Amino acid sequence: MVTGLTVRDAVVRYTTTEGDTRRPPNRRPILSWVPPPRPKPGATRTITAVDGVSLDVGPGEIVALLGASGSGKSSLLRAIAGLEPLASGSVAWDGADLARVAVHKRNFGLMFQEPALFPNLDVGANVAYGLHALPRARRSSVAAEFLELVGLPGFARRRVTELSGGQAQRVALARSLAPRPRLMLLDEPLSALDRALRERLVEVLGEVLRATGTPAVHVTHDQDEAFALADRVAVLADGALLQVGTPAELWRQPASAAVARFLGYGTFLTDADAATLGVGRLAASGLVGLGPASLVLDAGGVRLPVRAENVRRGYVSIKVELPSGQVAEVRAPEATGLDAVGVRLDPDAVAVVRDADPTAR
Amino acid sequence: MTDRQHPGRPTSPGWGRRTAMLLVPGLLALAACTGPAATPTPAASDTAPTPTTSPTPTASESTTLTVVTHDSFALSQELLDEFAAQTGYTVTYVAPGDAGSLTNQLVLTKDSPLGDVVFGIDNTFAGRALDEDVVVPYVAEALPEQEAATFAADDTHRLTPIDFGDVCINADLAWFAEHELGVPTTLEDLADPAYRDLLVVSSPATSSPGLAFLIATVEAQGEDGYLDYWQRLRDNGLLVAQDWTEAYTVQFSGSSGQGPRPLVLSYATSPSFEVVDGATHTGALLGTCFRQVEYAGVIAGAQNEVGAQKFIEFLLSDAVQADIPEQMYMYPVQRSVELPAEWVEFAPLAQRPYTMTPEAITEGRDTWIRDWATTVIG
Amino acid sequence: MRLRVGPALGWGAAAGVPLAFLGVFFAWPVAALVGRGLFPDGALTLEGFASVLASPRTGRVVTTTLAQAVAGTLASLALGLPAAWVLYRTRFPGRGIARAVVTIPFVLPSVVVGVAFKSLVISTGPLGFLGLDGSFAIVVAALAFFNTAVVVRTVGGLWAGLDGRPAEVAAVLGATPRRVFATVTLPALAPAIASSAALVFLFCASAYGVVMVLGGPAYGTIETEIWFLTNQLLDLTAAAALSVIQLVVVTISLVISERLQSRLTQAQRLRTGESGIPRWRWRRDGWATLVTGLVVVLVALPLGNLVVRSLRTASGWGPDHYVALVAGPSGPLSIPVGDAIGNSLRTAVLATVLALVLGVLVSLVVSRRPRSRVGRRALSVLDQVFMLPLGVSAVTVGFGFLITLNRPPLDLRSSMALVPIAQAIVALPLVLRVLLPVLRAIDPRLREAAAVLGAGPGRVLASVDLAMASRGLGLATGFAFATSLGEFGATSFLARPDAPTLPVVVFRLMGRPGWENQGTGMAAAVLLAVMTATVMALAERMRPMEATTW
Repeated sequence: MVTGLTVRDAVVRYTTTEGDTRRPPNRRPILSWVPPPRPKPGATRTITAVDGVSLDVGPGEIVALLGASGSGKSSLLRAIAGLEPLASGSVAWDGADLARVAVHKRNFGLMFQEPALFPNLDVGANVAYGLHALPRARRSSVAAEFLELVGLPGFARRRVTELSGGQAQRVALARSLAPRPRLMLLDEPLSALDRALRERLVEVLGEVLRATGTPAVHVTHDQDEAFALADRVAVLADGALLQVGTPAELWRQPASAAVARFLGYGTFLTDADAATLGVGRLAASGLVGLGPASLVLDAGGVRLPVRAENVRRGYVSIKVELPSGQVAEVRAPEATGLDAVGVRLDPDAVAVVRDADPTAR
Repeated sequence: MTDRQHPGRPTSPGWGRRTAMLLVPGLLALAACTGPAATPTPAASDTAPTPTTSPTPTASESTTLTVVTHDSFALSQELLDEFAAQTGYTVTYVAPGDAGSLTNQLVLTKDSPLGDVVFGIDNTFAGRALDEDVVVPYVAEALPEQEAATFAADDTHRLTPIDFGDVCINADLAWFAEHELGVPTTLEDLADPAYRDLLVVSSPATSSPGLAFLIATVEAQGEDGYLDYWQRLRDNGLLVAQDWTEAYTVQFSGSSGQGPRPLVLSYATSPSFEVVDGATHTGALLGTCFRQVEYAGVIAGAQNEVGAQKFIEFLLSDAVQADIPEQMYMYPVQRSVELPAEWVEFAPLAQRPYTMTPEAITEGRDTWIRDWATTVIG
Repeated sequence: MRLRVGPALGWGAAAGVPLAFLGVFFAWPVAALVGRGLFPDGALTLEGFASVLASPRTGRVVTTTLAQAVAGTLASLALGLPAAWVLYRTRFPGRGIARAVVTIPFVLPSVVVGVAFKSLVISTGPLGFLGLDGSFAIVVAALAFFNTAVVVRTVGGLWAGLDGRPAEVAAVLGATPRRVFATVTLPALAPAIASSAALVFLFCASAYGVVMVLGGPAYGTIETEIWFLTNQLLDLTAAAALSVIQLVVVTISLVISERLQSRLTQAQRLRTGESGIPRWRWRRDGWATLVTGLVVVLVALPLGNLVVRSLRTASGWGPDHYVALVAGPSGPLSIPVGDAIGNSLRTAVLATVLALVLGVLVSLVVSRRPRSRVGRRALSVLDQVFMLPLGVSAVTVGFGFLITLNRPPLDLRSSMALVPIAQAIVALPLVLRVLLPVLRAIDPRLREAAAVLGAGPGRVLASVDLAMASRGLGLATGFAFATSLGEFGATSFLARPDAPTLPVVVFRLMGRPGWENQGTGMAAAVLLAVMTATVMALAERMRPMEATTW
């Protein structure tokens, strides 16, 4: 018996007639007699936003969809919600196909980057919006309950225009959770907020989702946010699923150079680099990617020239030059002021990409 | 004031058609006939800021002339250009409405006249113009006495007749032939049950021919009898249309609209415009006609009285008189002018049209319209 | 502001110029004519007034006017809203053409529409079996025919730019499509709906020609009564009494509309580009498409009739009338049709420029949000004041012109300038209705952001307000241009016979007997319709490139 969300070979395509979307908006004339290039019907472009993705979300599980913008993650989310039709493939819940289930019958929750609160309703009415199945008398008490859960007790009578950005997003969270959705869909819900608020709200989000046992699909381009919240992370690029795994699995064993690079492994060792650092054996079986903690200072290690030293919060980032000419980072507690430092590779802090195409270097 | 949906200004139909004919003879004729003063004013020089010399001590003159006409005014452009060139005036034409609207506007603006000369007041509204003294006397030289006597609005020479026409019931002769029914000939016939549901007229309240026809019935049946006559028309299935356009182009069976009614209120000249392959299939019932006369006059308080007088002479010139049938679908008052061949054949005038003095019309008009509305529309 | 004049002075001028314009070219003439009626001999006479008020006919006329306006407005909304959805929130091939076609009736001279409609419904017409001739229903249908375009355009414009996400959230939260529409979409559209309804109401209440033709001679509204009393009887006292009643009706309707709009308006995100507009789908859009189909039928039937009649000649079928139209002044035309088109275009360009300049000024002023309640109230009153001309009889304004604009420096009665001026006054409310919702929907934080970034008040205006207003400018231009092209009421009062516009040519030709004249008139009307559709399609394409996309 399959439980939870099952996405199989999902394909989402858009037909676009907009020819001018690539031009930077500020470069376009405000008014123009020349119409935007408008292809004739039939000359429309078809874009495959999601290209055969399969994904499962189990009970209570939070899965992050991580990808750069344009990777298709939002389209996949909208397809799960039923807001975009699938060109092929399926979305199912507890084994039952959702293709013929309308958006409003799926009992999912949805949050956007913008709170998208209903401006004509007050906070309480916004939260109570999805509670139409409850008796009228119960609605406001449930709404109040969820406002309290997101840390906004007593806000029910406020107008939505009086809220700060963070408050508005919390109201949006309460609104989507109040009907007790069987699945939460989060479309970069925190990315419009400032960093401190974001970090706090990630916690709130995680706590609330786990407290209510709500499984969630969380679309984000922020690795930290994905790793902080998700039980499993799915990395997407160009509409295809590159890898799914727990944060730890992903971090240790990215499935490809692309995944590794996206996760923050900025440097891949060449044969010469590997030989110098004494990891020739590993290099032979795949690619080795260096992350922020892969190199450690070791006076007895290999000496590499220092290109720059930058003070960061809590550490100093030393940029050293590898034999191949690539630059790698070493983190040190304080600045060295040296022209060259001795470094050692920590084999537990590198990403090993097995079966990688050597040309990916 | 929007009225993009609004043109419904009651319209007098039946004017203006061709432009390009008769131009050369027209110009020649015009050259021989420029105004009463006989001293052709040299083209006004730009430096002359005030009126130049006047032919009569009292008449004003200026370099501009404003002609106020009804909205169906049309003459060949070449004639108008020629008039401007001959007189040296900068001529402005304004057409603020139909004959009734035009007259009312002149009355309203008595203390600050709309222009110098008016053309288009007809005999159904002439009385009001005369009562309100919106025009001043002028004896046109180009108007023979016989015509002046025939068409005069009164004996004060304030309105000069320019053209005329007969408002008559038109019949779709083809329809009557097909239905083997005799064509009616008199007003009385129209109330005959044999012609039930056949007649459409335009409303006297909103259309110029409608008003003319109402006056014809008052003249024919008397002030005591006309309402009874209309009651009989109504009982006989009379249809009242908003204006001439609706009556003629929608409801009438004999024209482009191919509507349901074979009898329509229109003009004696209308059949000549339904000629196809040298034959017409409509005809005017000449026993039902009211004679409409259109006048011109010098507006009281005109800035350019001399110009106004010249314009009246211009309207009476042979060239313009010959142009009037083509452009405004009316008969010229000058009988010497030759009519279009089609008119001679298909648009004869009524021998004994109904007529009424402008004075009598003005006396009764508003009451008749209101009583008519109560009787016919209810 | 560049001149370092105080902002208050600047705003004062921005409001003052249009107000002065309206005062001189509308309020003064109307007041003067009504004054003539109320003070016939210099002293106030209320007898005529009282007798008009007491007359049972007046009550009947007022009732008919209100019933006609309310029914016409409701019908236009019922048809216009689904059509706005289909034409602005879905994508399908031919959408641009469909949008343009729906607008054509808006500018057709009513003499043509009257003939086209009437020919359909008379007993022998194609729709004669419906027995609609002279009925209230056919009058309402004709009003809807004219005015659905207003609803489609004003509501559609906002709808197209509406942020779709609240609706999506609502759907995900379990709201049925019907509930999403009622609770999310409708409130967001409400200001545009209220403002287009106000426009349509005024158009319906003051409609004349088509009402007279279709309603029959017994049908009387305030407008037709004023027309008859002023134009035919010159009974200024009775006309003034009715004009006052008309003003009261119009004012009440404007107050209601203002209340509604100020309650309903909410700051909302607009977005642009087509990216969020889904492709047409039968399951979702089916019913709305059916209604749109009805609109198209409503538009196509009379238009089709027009085309048919323009092609029907005395001897059969053929393009003869079009040939006559193009052949120039030798046929039934007194001037070459090119000249009439030129006159129309020239006037329309002037009227459009005037209406846009005034419209942008007024909408900038009205879209301010003063802190004081009094200030806000004053602005919304200002907004409504510019709607007044739509509800006041053209004959009142026209006759008013004659007795006011009669002395230098404003001796404009025979001036060509008066036509575009009058048309601009008619087009101005439409321009405002298009621009204001866009400006009002601007997030005030945008202006604050610009100000904080160092932009002076002038630059904030230019970079935020004007830039955003430009979203509506294309549509506003189209509306103003089309209004001017088809405007006839004011034009007919001020027309110069030597420089007729295309509608005047149509009117003249339709006033003459014979196949040739009638057919050529119909052909000229078809030409006018094609011109309108072209203008609207161009305006559609001139829509601005956005400063922001989401």
